[in-house]
Amino acid sequence: MTAEAGPGPGAGPDGAPPPALLARGLGKRYGALVALHGLDLAVRRGECVLLLGPNGAGKSTLLGIFATIIRPNEGRIAIFGASPREGDPAALRRRIGLLSHQTFLYDHLTAFENLRFYARLYSLPDPDRAAASALRSARLLERAHDLVRTYSRGMQQRLAIARALLHAPDILLLDEPFSGLDRESIDRLQECLREERRAGRTCLLATHDFAAARPLADRVVVLRAGRLVADRQARGLDDASLEGLFRDATLPPATGAQAP
Amino acid sequence: MERPSSTFAQALLFVLLLALFPACLYMVFAVVPTEQKMGVVQRIFYFHVPSAFMAFAGVGACAVFSAFYLWTRDLRYDVVAHAAAELGVVFCTIVLVTGPIWARPVWGVWWTGEVRLTSTLVLWLIYVGYLALRENAENREQAARWGAVVGIVGALDVPIIYKSVEWWRGLHPKVLKMSGGGGLEPSMEKALLLCSLTFLLLFIYLLMQRCQLGRLQIEIESLAHAARRPAASPAAPPSRGARA
Amino acid sequence: MSFLRAVALVARKDLLSELRSREQAVTLFFFALLVLVVFNFAFDFTVIEFVSLGPGILWVAFIFSGVLALSHSFQIEREKDRILGILMSPIDRSAFYLGKVLATSLFMAAVEAVIVPVSVLMFNYRFSGRIGAAILVFVLNTVGFAAVGTLFSAMTTRTRRGELLLPLLLFPAAVPIALAAVKTTSHVLAGRPFRLYASWVALTSAYDVIFLAAAVLLFDSVLEE
Repeated sequence: MTAEAGPGPGAGPDGAPPPALLARGLGKRYGALVALHGLDLAVRRGECVLLLGPNGAGKSTLLGIFATIIRPNEGRIAIFGASPREGDPAALRRRIGLLSHQTFLYDHLTAFENLRFYARLYSLPDPDRAAASALRSARLLERAHDLVRTYSRGMQQRLAIARALLHAPDILLLDEPFSGLDRESIDRLQECLREERRAGRTCLLATHDFAAARPLADRVVVLRAGRLVADRQARGLDDASLEGLFRDATLPPATGAQAP
Repeated sequence: MERPSSTFAQALLFVLLLALFPACLYMVFAVVPTEQKMGVVQRIFYFHVPSAFMAFAGVGACAVFSAFYLWTRDLRYDVVAHAAAELGVVFCTIVLVTGPIWARPVWGVWWTGEVRLTSTLVLWLIYVGYLALRENAENREQAARWGAVVGIVGALDVPIIYKSVEWWRGLHPKVLKMSGGGGLEPSMEKALLLCSLTFLLLFIYLLMQRCQLGRLQIEIESLAHAARRPAASPAAPPSRGARA
Repeated sequence: MSFLRAVALVARKDLLSELRSREQAVTLFFFALLVLVVFNFAFDFTVIEFVSLGPGILWVAFIFSGVLALSHSFQIEREKDRILGILMSPIDRSAFYLGKVLATSLFMAAVEAVIVPVSVLMFNYRFSGRIGAAILVFVLNTVGFAAVGTLFSAMTTRTRRGELLLPLLLFPAAVPIALAAVKTTSHVLAGRPFRLYASWVALTSAYDVIFLAAAVLLFDSVLEE
């Protein structure tokens, strides 16, 4: 745990609003394996942070902790200045959405039923209308009452995006959202995420596919073996330098680049 | 890493056990009179009953330390809970082996469905399941959490299992009334007491040994992992339990 | 109120999805029927009175198909990480647990509601008990089995050998339910007065309350990563 002087994570040093996502000294072990090692990270409101790193670097673990699914062994997190362990965790969960390469959809329910189920999980005021309007914006309205298992991969992905955004989360966590998608679906997802950014959504995007993710990012953060090894503004970074960052992260620590 | 006081306590216990076990054997085979109706085989009672006590001690200790673990998330408590469950299985096994040996000459059958013995069998099955579940967990934390859940549920189940098996048997005549200790001869009572004390010390000794072993295992795992870490390359296989 | 609504929401989702796929309903029902058929061959019921063996046969069928229902219940959530969607949502995890218990109990109850009349035809016995007592007995035992089973299956479905581990853990822990179910069912089928098995009903109720409460408290640690 990092000892912190002054006001807690509730407020910035000069009364500025607390960051959307904050991790302080975050540590997570799985048995002998250390997935995260004293990690510090702050994501400002409206910022889109790209999380890079090889397999096993701790990206999913970090997203899982922010999603309040994984409990850290050390350190703490704050979401808009509030800890999910105290206060009202349900209220915090309403502000977070997660989109992964898995769709989370039930094959034997229709698209409409899937979305209505999630709308009810989040106690949205009018679940039927919320589901219908999400289907409309995903351009799936005419197939709304077909079972999800009859959907193509691309349609399922569109529905999964609609599901993740259904409760209009302020923070969107993305775990390898591009994997397994064809070019067209990737373009559509990028377009969708760009729209979310314009709407002021905070994004934390973990991926291998930096080419697809780079145009969306404000900042690039590189994880290696559970530690943060690079933290750069995305402006001015091209694919080649990104690839360099990524390659550095996969090298042994002695030769790896340290964060400036 | 072990505290010297703990090492000293273990050595002391070991010496004590070295002296106590011959004393138990002497009491059981030389001092106590042969039970009139059941004959020599009844002497197994002095090992059977203390084993049953220790099986319950194992189950109880497992549940208590499981609760501590869930409360504190300190793996040292889980090491104790795990060790206690293993010992519970060991002593249950002794009960289940000595029970039929005793039952065969006395009742004429190996297995009667006697309430205590049947309950012990169910208990043994639960804790074998406990160990199997832990084996199949992805990592130590998961094994600890799952073990704690089963350990607590299992202990809560013990009285209900006993009651249900008892009622299931209905008015089955109780062949044996002596386990309560009511009608025991004074020397028999003393022998039972001595044996129970010895088994308790054995239980504590084994528990300490097993916990020490468990702590060393944790240490070795983390050392081995730390030694592997610097060589980590992109080609290294992703370890179990941690995704991406 | 919203807690109960969340319980109902989870259960209704399971029911809808399983009824739609039919796979589950058909498997459970035919599995239970198969057990009846096997026992019908194994024992000669022209010489054995059904009431002496029948309750045991019925509950073997219900418990076995119940185990199938329990593992399926969480396999569905583990596939495609669907469970993450639920764990991330604002609903209480104990509401998720109770919803799962409710859904599994309803599946088992549906199997029971079909299989008991089938057994009357197949084994040629007269059902002389009261319906109310029968429902009480079946509900209490089914809920107790589903309560412990749901807690365990949330763990075992995460392992590769889940289908083996679940019965290994659940059967011994559910011994009181198995015994109480068989005893009370034989009393009910024979139409004996309630006071003869009131203590068994009390035991089952105690089991239900203790393990529902324990599981609600423990379920968070089961699902946490």
